[in-house]
Amino acid sequence: MHDTAAHSDSKGQYFWVWGGLLALTAIEVWLGYNNQIMSAVHMLEVLLILSVIKSALIIGYFMHLKFETALMRWLLVISVTACFIIMYFFFFPDAGRIITHGVK
Amino acid sequence: MADATMEHDAVQHGLPGEYEAPLFGAYSKKVGMWLFLASDSLTFGALLFAFSYNRIYTNPWPTPFHGESIANATIMTACLLSSSLTMVLAVFASQRKDRAWTRNWLLATMVFGTAFIVLHGMEWSKLIDEGLAIPGFASLLGVTKSSTTGELADISKNVPQFPQAFFGLTAMHMLHVTIGVIYLGVVAFRKWFLPVLAVIWIAGALLIPSGNVFHYPVHTLGLGLLLAAVILFLKPKDYDSHDVEICGLYWHFVDLVWMFIFPLVYLMSTKVS
Repeated sequence: MHDTAAHSDSKGQYFWVWGGLLALTAIEVWLGYNNQIMSAVHMLEVLLILSVIKSALIIGYFMHLKFETALMRWLLVISVTACFIIMYFFFFPDAGRIITHGVK
Repeated sequence: MADATMEHDAVQHGLPGEYEAPLFGAYSKKVGMWLFLASDSLTFGALLFAFSYNRIYTNPWPTPFHGESIANATIMTACLLSSSLTMVLAVFASQRKDRAWTRNWLLATMVFGTAFIVLHGMEWSKLIDEGLAIPGFASLLGVTKSSTTGELADISKNVPQFPQAFFGLTAMHMLHVTIGVIYLGVVAFRKWFLPVLAVIWIAGALLIPSGNVFHYPVHTLGLGLLLAAVILFLKPKDYDSHDVEICGLYWHFVDLVWMFIFPLVYLMSTKVS
């Protein structure tokens, strides 16, 4: 049984996570100001990767999912990811068609 | 949590009426909040997919956000990230049963959340004044100051998908932040928060001019006040560390969603020279 008070997490690591999130945000903003250094598609990829890293830090540390039981951790992550993959199945073919052939 | 475990262990299994051990190793309120957040993430996921689809479908997609908007959104992001840290500190204080610091850290979280709402509201008002509006919706809300000429007015006329997607997504998020601040206020101050919320609501209703986009939406606070009063009347409890942790989960989720809205909506639509 997980007890949020029981695991030996220090406050310091939360300050590091907070600093890391601010640093990642600074990188995102820098990319936003220098958007000519790469194509829009690459920019989107980089920004999404940074967002996924930030969300993993928030879910894992701030929301304490890292310290929950493995069953709860995996069930939540797999079920939400599966739903997003299903959404992506609807989105991707038509988005690909529009990108390849234009709006018709 | 630990007490709950001991209660479960003390029960003789196989007897009628025994408690069933929690499936996920967490108390039911926490599991309930996680399930709600999982379902709410799909709401935002669908909105973000809709935004992305609009963006791909519309060529060229407007890039109206100048340096000032990006700076404003960056400060808003810093406010939310800092509020998540103060929320974690509130959970720690509640687990040590330090009521004063729990309240202080929750109050700090509310201040950051309120700063986010105010900054976002100011940005909305500025964009609407410059002509960015959902066709037909502005007149429905009684917005009178919207410009009919200029870059943003042209976007509203020629690419109405942009204001629809932008306002739809950010309004949904702003509503969640507002609910979060009220939730934190109820957990931190219980019934003492109600008169404060009532004063803010009445002041907002009186002070926000009729032509402003927030003239009617400010009554969301009145709805929040009613709901908070009903909840406190039905369950006038002293909120413990579990309640603080659960409201923290909600608050971090609001922060988490913004981590996707900020790059997708703002940084991918910049016009910075």
